[in-house]
Amino acid sequence: MLSRVADSLYWMSRYLERAEHTTRLLDVNLNLMLDEGPTGAERRWQRVLQALGKPKDIEWTGDPYALTRALIFDTGNKASILSCIIAARENSRHVREQISTEQWQRLNSLYLQVTRPEMQSNRQAEALLEGASQPTEFLQSVMEAVHQFQGVTDSTMNHGEGWQFIQVGRYIERASATALLLEAYHQDLWELPEHITEGNEYLEWMGLLRSATAFEAYCKVYTADLTPDRIFEFLLLDEEFPHSVRFSIDNLQGALEKIQGDSGKSRAEALRRLSGRLQASLNFSSVNEILNQDVVSYLRGIQAQCRGVHETIYALYVDYSIQTALAG
Amino acid sequence: MQTAPSKQFEHSALKNYLLDHAYDEMFVSSSRELHPHCEPLLEHFSSLPADELQRRKQAADLSFLNQGITFTVYGREEGTEKIFPYDLIPRIITAAEWAKVERGLTQRITALNLFLKDIYNEGRILDDGIVPREVVYSCKQYRRQMAGLQVPRNVYIAVCGTDLIRLENGEFVVLEDNLRVPSGVSYMLTNRRVMKRIFPQLFRSYNVRPIEQYTQLLLGTLRSLAPEGRPEPNIVLLSPGVFNSAYFEHAYLARQMGIELVEGRDLVTHDNVVYMRTTNGLRRVDVIYRRVDDDFIDPLAFRGDSILGVAGLFNAYRAGNVTLANAFGTGVADDKALYAYVPEIIKYYLSEEPILKNVETFLLTRPKERQHVLQNLDKLVVKAVGESGGYGMLIGPQSTKAQQEEFARKIEADPRNYIAQPTISFSRAPCLIGDVLEPRHVDLRPYVLYGDKVTIVPGGLTRVALTSGSLVVNSSQGGGSKDTWVLSQ
Repeated sequence: MLSRVADSLYWMSRYLERAEHTTRLLDVNLNLMLDEGPTGAERRWQRVLQALGKPKDIEWTGDPYALTRALIFDTGNKASILSCIIAARENSRHVREQISTEQWQRLNSLYLQVTRPEMQSNRQAEALLEGASQPTEFLQSVMEAVHQFQGVTDSTMNHGEGWQFIQVGRYIERASATALLLEAYHQDLWELPEHITEGNEYLEWMGLLRSATAFEAYCKVYTADLTPDRIFEFLLLDEEFPHSVRFSIDNLQGALEKIQGDSGKSRAEALRRLSGRLQASLNFSSVNEILNQDVVSYLRGIQAQCRGVHETIYALYVDYSIQTALAG
Repeated sequence: MQTAPSKQFEHSALKNYLLDHAYDEMFVSSSRELHPHCEPLLEHFSSLPADELQRRKQAADLSFLNQGITFTVYGREEGTEKIFPYDLIPRIITAAEWAKVERGLTQRITALNLFLKDIYNEGRILDDGIVPREVVYSCKQYRRQMAGLQVPRNVYIAVCGTDLIRLENGEFVVLEDNLRVPSGVSYMLTNRRVMKRIFPQLFRSYNVRPIEQYTQLLLGTLRSLAPEGRPEPNIVLLSPGVFNSAYFEHAYLARQMGIELVEGRDLVTHDNVVYMRTTNGLRRVDVIYRRVDDDFIDPLAFRGDSILGVAGLFNAYRAGNVTLANAFGTGVADDKALYAYVPEIIKYYLSEEPILKNVETFLLTRPKERQHVLQNLDKLVVKAVGESGGYGMLIGPQSTKAQQEEFARKIEADPRNYIAQPTISFSRAPCLIGDVLEPRHVDLRPYVLYGDKVTIVPGGLTRVALTSGSLVVNSSQGGGSKDTWVLSQ
């Protein structure tokens, strides 16, 4: 597979995963916001910004709707949902002949839906054009579209090397995003504010789980009995839940092994070591061990290792020098 | 002078349908009766309610947009992606008409190919004075680098798209040869797909010859041109990239052929061998179907400021390690001044009369012809020899005095750079304009493939000048397209 193509597929997938994550986070928080007094608002939205990696030039100004509008529609900001969708679509355009027609049509029509609202049905158009105060419907439709894209990707594209690069992009983004989400919530998860009214801690914890689509899955495992250590364990170490860090890293590792098999790399040693170590540390740790250390720096460590894996993938498959390639 | 069709065709959809001296593809001009092969078409069309037609038209438009079948308009920031306007009414060509076109095109590509081999090697046609040396050597597309170079199977033009028009008597003539990187074939293929979905019964009732095999034939053509000793050639399509106006087509063709779509930055050369960068290291490339112009393809051999090309590609080509389709320097044979000599070229190499005629052409390097042209600028069409896409053109009857004077100055300054032709009112075909049918001028670009033999899929891209009265069919200038049906009997 062409290096440039692998690069585009990887980023197409990462950007879509990012768009979906941002969408869900905003949707959940807009919904939960309705149940709280005004004191919690700043804390809540600062946390959202932190979970999104503190996007440049977007500040909390006291108006949640202004903030969500910026995070959704501001194309001047690289982290906004619109920017992510545009970037994903641009990447897919560069590899139009590599993805299936169904994938392209699903992504292209999402792109047209968000960039040319005048072509859409009236209600959605209003939500977009006027930046209506309730963008929930819009957020729902974006999430649906991304899910459909993933379904179509799995069912219409060859599960060859290109598909594996899509998995790599998706899971590396998801692992970092979930780790960052846990980091952002860390303080509130354990140290509830004094003045919190009864029942509100439950809402907060539910919000965290729902930000990772984990609420129902959590209840199936632990029942609706929410406790911080179980939430933490579930989002970090659960083996079967698709948004947990461990699940993401397992799948990342699986896709990388397939790619190494396909392209028969003997020089993939460095990559194998990095991703294997990350996977092993998640598979063979207990939640108590992790909680006994500095949790924030542990979570940051995971994000740093994800960045390391990303850079090594680049050096190996995309941005290698011709001399090394000819020698090898 | 315009007349309406015969009384029996007093259909509300035909209320704006007026015949003039141009050949009409639905009604016979003299008798104002329907061409027999158009009967089922008009009947089917009349049976559909107006809103049903509009519904189908919208379905077609949306299908193009969702599939991303768009082209890029240069020079504007916003909304640079547009769909190529598409007309619902198919253009129908009878089996007999097509048979002649097919023979004529085969003859023409064979002769032009022999001509290219000759001028880049012995130059017999120049020695014999059939084509003046200065016409060839003064052409900007003449590539000295190609002199004496052997190309596989002696095929220079593997893919060509010839623009045909119909004169007032209905005869097909050649307006232009496109021998460099002709585009539009993806529109031909997608038009057909959309058409079959929108008018299935009508399509079936007509016995239309299929065109879907085009991409397979193209792949076969490219494979037949692989360098010797490469039985399993790695074939790629080289595109300038996503910002090129024809990028959709590049991606479409690559996907349909199952070959890699590469850009200049994907290719590297080493020891006169071309490689592409893959996730598994470097992989050798044997045949390049290139959709990048000569000028931009190798910054070492041609334009140094090009970032679209591959440094060292020309040397690898010269060494015979890679085939390029089309070859370098084919543009000399579609130069608009050389066009005037094509009938002589056919006679010279094949000892045959040209089956498809040329449009009468005045060469402005000849003083007498130049004089005539300068006196009749208001009646003639003047074209710059190296331009395409409808740019650099003066259409006399539709021009202002100021434009004519500007062209007169340009011609005096550089007569070799221009040619003139009579303004031809080429044929018109029915198009759906709003709710009614109106005639619009159309041309036809069939696609000719030349590998181990010449193949032409029946039909081609019919381009439409959608503005009433306009003679410019180019997509960059408000043109559209329609499906072309060649009947099997």
